[in-house]
Amino acid sequence: MQTLNLRVNGEMHELSVDVRTTLLDALRQHLHLNGTKKGCDHGQCGACTILLNGKRVNSCLTLAVMHDGDEITTIEGLGSSDSLSAMQQAFVKHDGFQCGYCTPGQICSATAMLDEIKDGWPSYVSASLTDTPELCSEEISERMSGNLCRCSAYPNIVNAIAEVGADKS
Amino acid sequence: MRSFDYERATTVEQATSLASGQHSMFIAGGTNLLDLMKLEVLTPHVLVDINRLDLHTIERNDEGGLRIGALVANSVLAADAQIRQHYAVLSRALLSGASPQLRNKATTGGNLLQRTRCYYFYDTASSCNKRNPGSGCSALQGRNRLHAIVGASEHCIATHPSDMAVAMQVLRATVEIEQPDGDLRHVPLQDFYCLPETTPQCENQLEPGELITAVHLPAPVEKSYQAYRKVRDRASYAFALVSVAAVTQIRNGRFSHVGLSFGGIAPKPWRNLEVEEMLLDEAPSEALFEQAADCLLRDASGHGDNDFKIPLTKRTLIAVLNDAARAGDIE
Repeated sequence: MQTLNLRVNGEMHELSVDVRTTLLDALRQHLHLNGTKKGCDHGQCGACTILLNGKRVNSCLTLAVMHDGDEITTIEGLGSSDSLSAMQQAFVKHDGFQCGYCTPGQICSATAMLDEIKDGWPSYVSASLTDTPELCSEEISERMSGNLCRCSAYPNIVNAIAEVGADKS
Repeated sequence: MRSFDYERATTVEQATSLASGQHSMFIAGGTNLLDLMKLEVLTPHVLVDINRLDLHTIERNDEGGLRIGALVANSVLAADAQIRQHYAVLSRALLSGASPQLRNKATTGGNLLQRTRCYYFYDTASSCNKRNPGSGCSALQGRNRLHAIVGASEHCIATHPSDMAVAMQVLRATVEIEQPDGDLRHVPLQDFYCLPETTPQCENQLEPGELITAVHLPAPVEKSYQAYRKVRDRASYAFALVSVAAVTQIRNGRFSHVGLSFGGIAPKPWRNLEVEEMLLDEAPSEALFEQAADCLLRDASGHGDNDFKIPLTKRTLIAVLNDAARAGDIE
């Protein structure tokens, strides 16, 4: 067992975990933050996406013990039921919801993605590596490609992200 | 996942010392290693976490190039202003690999050491000479759509999965390695990987306890055409069936620099000097490109499901060379 400290959604937590515990399992089973979902558990579906020190990552493919002292934001930290974040509100407005399993990861992913665009990070579909990327639907789809489930609502997800992105810029 | 001892290193010296044991492994991003540990394909007894080492920076090196720390994240490297401006092929290759979430975690050193995605390597119930030497190769007579058409052996036909390594090879990168005794050695990326031959479990030149500390890129080829063309089953988030990295330069209507590297077709990033020499100092033409592609694939052989890769590689190379010719003299 190893002891570690995590700052999750602004609150410090001391945990004692088996070294095999992934960050995802620490969040769900030790801190009972069940918003983050375990989908494939192999980094392929994106359902477990959280923000680690502000960057989106798959929480299933990293060990909790590797993150002593790190800052984590989960879907619960982006907004609350009576105070949704802009991205959460846009998903409601545009009906961007999947069955519920993928949505938290998609919202975390989309939230971080807008910051990456703001920082000028290019993507595979950016025509120029040096110009500021445009928030078109092709860019949004490419940048959301790490969240694989698009059972039904994907044009609505793109619309929701585009609206928040336009408001931000 | 099997149990292991977890150690966190704070200095390179401590890391190489902790990892000198037979069943020890370094962990950086962990995106491939933990995947394999969950499936019990890899069962290290000791994991040495190197994330706290001071290997996160991209700096100018003595040759007018760059020294990329082994712990620089793939996303940070792809977005670095100098990489985007002078080594575009590397940025393009990185952005074509994995997903944004994985690129935020995956590191330069770890990416070089990622393992093949051969289905039989991943499936512990199958025979695999790479995972279990001497057990046989299920891919030879099995599903081998992703597998090698050049450089393979009768013992293993797995491909190396990295896009980044293909681009680094075309840029003539060198791997900086720290040995357990504290000495540094530098290995050209082109010589870093081993072909499978009779020992497919030996994939690279690293000795026990040795740690990749950086990758060096030489000074950029100025005014060059750079491209990474990746052909795959999906538009995004898939490994290459075939990829071509190119750095070319045309002066007075002739190729004055030719660098070509190929992914998805071999057990390592593939390079063929004869092909590059065939193009150098020549004027671009369709006939020349055909000849170059035929030379590249002269010894290629498919294994059934992957036969299509031979014509696909030919067409992809010709398409990239046509793009390079169209870009022409870059001033």
